[in-house]
Amino acid sequence: MYQLEKVSRTYQQGKRTVKALVDVDLHIADGELVAIQGPTGGGKSTLLQMLGGLDRPTSGSVRLGASAAADDRAPDSVDLATLGDTALTRVRAERIGFVFQNFNLIPTLTAQENVETALVPTETSPADRAEKARAALASVGLSERADHLPGELSGGQQQRVAIARALVKEPTVLLADEPTGNLDEATRDEIVALLEGLWKEKGLTVVMVTHDSTVARRAKRRLRIADGKVTQLA
Amino acid sequence: MFFTYLRRELRHRRKQSVVVATGLGVAIALVMVVTSVAAGVRDAQGSVLESAYGVGTDITVAQASTPGQGGRGPSFSFGQDDGKASSDGGSTQLSQSRLTTGPGTTAYDAAALATVSKLDHISGVAATLSLQNVTFSGSLPQPGDQPTGDPQTQGGSQQDGSSRPSFGGGDFGIDQTTVTGVDPTADAVGPLTTVKVTEGRSLTAADADAKIAVVDSQYADTNTVKVGDSVDIGGESLKVVGIVGSTSGTGVATASDVYIPLTLAQTLSDSAGKITTLYVSVDSSSNVDAVAKAISAAVPDVSVSTQSDLAGDVTGSLSTASSLVSRLGTALSIVVLVAAFGLAVLFTVSGVNRRTRELGTLKAIGWSRRRVVGQVAGEAVTQGILGGIAGIVLGGLVVLAINLAGITLSGSSGSSFSFGGPGAGGGAGAPTGGGPGGGSGGPFGAAANAAQNAVDVVLHAPISLWVVLAAVGLAVLGGLVAGVVGGRRAARLRPAEALRSLA
Repeated sequence: MYQLEKVSRTYQQGKRTVKALVDVDLHIADGELVAIQGPTGGGKSTLLQMLGGLDRPTSGSVRLGASAAADDRAPDSVDLATLGDTALTRVRAERIGFVFQNFNLIPTLTAQENVETALVPTETSPADRAEKARAALASVGLSERADHLPGELSGGQQQRVAIARALVKEPTVLLADEPTGNLDEATRDEIVALLEGLWKEKGLTVVMVTHDSTVARRAKRRLRIADGKVTQLA
Repeated sequence: MFFTYLRRELRHRRKQSVVVATGLGVAIALVMVVTSVAAGVRDAQGSVLESAYGVGTDITVAQASTPGQGGRGPSFSFGQDDGKASSDGGSTQLSQSRLTTGPGTTAYDAAALATVSKLDHISGVAATLSLQNVTFSGSLPQPGDQPTGDPQTQGGSQQDGSSRPSFGGGDFGIDQTTVTGVDPTADAVGPLTTVKVTEGRSLTAADADAKIAVVDSQYADTNTVKVGDSVDIGGESLKVVGIVGSTSGTGVATASDVYIPLTLAQTLSDSAGKITTLYVSVDSSSNVDAVAKAISAAVPDVSVSTQSDLAGDVTGSLSTASSLVSRLGTALSIVVLVAAFGLAVLFTVSGVNRRTRELGTLKAIGWSRRRVVGQVAGEAVTQGILGGIAGIVLGGLVVLAINLAGITLSGSSGSSFSFGGPGAGGGAGAPTGGGPGGGSGGPFGAAANAAQNAVDVVLHAPISLWVVLAAVGLAVLGGLVAGVVGGRRAARLRPAEALRSLA
């Protein structure tokens, strides 16, 4: 699914140059569930931004849709590092789902409408949008909360809405940044179980950044990133 | 989704939305009121000008008057046989009229009429001769008679210490009447266009040489003149065939006390072939300036005034209102408008800043920059439209209140002057000649000028469709400015902000 080659990202913080990622080579296969761990400031979020097309590397390539061999790329393979803004926006709209630590729901829209926002860029008709959003909410067990505003939902319910929003457009990749970071233990297990179930059911590629080793251990593959360098954990 | 999201956002930020819409509304209302009142004042100025210069007059042409030139007060000469002895034989009854161009008015060659008529873009020309009829009437003592009363109360005084018989006082009055000689055939432009016949008839083409007159209704009331009566103008008794009032309303004086045929006016005032004013109408308002220049070139030494020039001559509270609206009103409108726009921009940008994560999230899930900017701009424009609606309602109510208040503005057009102070006596119109001088003063202290015309106009501030459209346009513009600035801010947000805000 992903093929990263010599990916580096440097930031300028005043006069200081911060190396967030240093020559990262990484392959993530289709349908993998990968957990990324590491200390704060180690480069986890930066790596996730590269994978999600939210930021571009200073150097290197980030191929989405690539097979393991760099010279055997799928037809829909794209290099997120060189893609133009419009094309990158389209990739995010159609192929990548995001789940954030703080849920990032629109506070003025209902759960149903929040899920529908993910379908707005896909030019789906309003009727289809509503239908798909209802189905997505049902898949995360929130049919009865469709008309509630985020402020009227618990943290776990909000994260479920966020997951429904990420999955309603049927992406090939789900990127989750600390999806359980703001949840209590019981809710955390619920959400992880939900993500696991959806991963299995839909055959998604899931990349999850987490501090929580309990959550990370549920992944089939664990990576550690520190000082901008990625290493494989057992 | 666009409208749902927009509606929810505005409702969520209700206080901000109300503040922005109110700010824009007040600004729009102010602009609307100033625009409407300005239009009302313009209309009022137009009424004043029309009452003086006639409907449809675009240009007036008069002889440029310089000090020492122009008409001056009439002088009266009485011979031995003039006058009629009183029954007691102690005094002589005298009466004499003089019809002349008034002070400050200069007659010029009527050939200008033909010259101007031949110019391009002229749709009508009328010539007039503005005159002043001064009538001396009263009694003077026979030479050598002793004073018959208290010189102080009689107003008489010893003129000098010569051997001439001493002056024994007298009692006389001097009446002034403004007289305008008009061409009865030229009724499309000129003073007759602002009068309506209230009794009898107006002058017609057949009256060109007739010894008749039409009088102003206020003059008729004051002097108890009726249709069929006679008025003494320039020593000639003219039959009154009609009484006219101003089209500006009842109680408003017309431009002249008496209207007589132009030819007759020229004859009676010894001004054959002379006129004082040309009233010119032009086929299109866009040609007025060009025609004015053409007239200046074709007729040398004349003063050519367009309506906009004449508007500057309007004095009184109307002039004050005009200055107030054009200066203070406009300045205030601009300041409030800029403040309201600034407020809208400030709140919109502040809103975008607060929604960094929200807008970043939308970009992260695939909303294009255009869609996000459109959403932000749409919210700002909607606030502008709401402000515009509030402004139109508020402005409409204020304008309605102004119209219901019936504010009366007073304006007068043309140059004005007065000669002599109250009770001055003598002066330009002082009797000279056979009879002894002196007298009881008279009406010389009053302001006198045929062109002067004081009119009270009730202010009516109109709300035109254009004013409403302009108000909506300004409101939308305010929203757009805020939307563009806020939208640019939103456009610069990187989707990564949605994740970075977690740190």
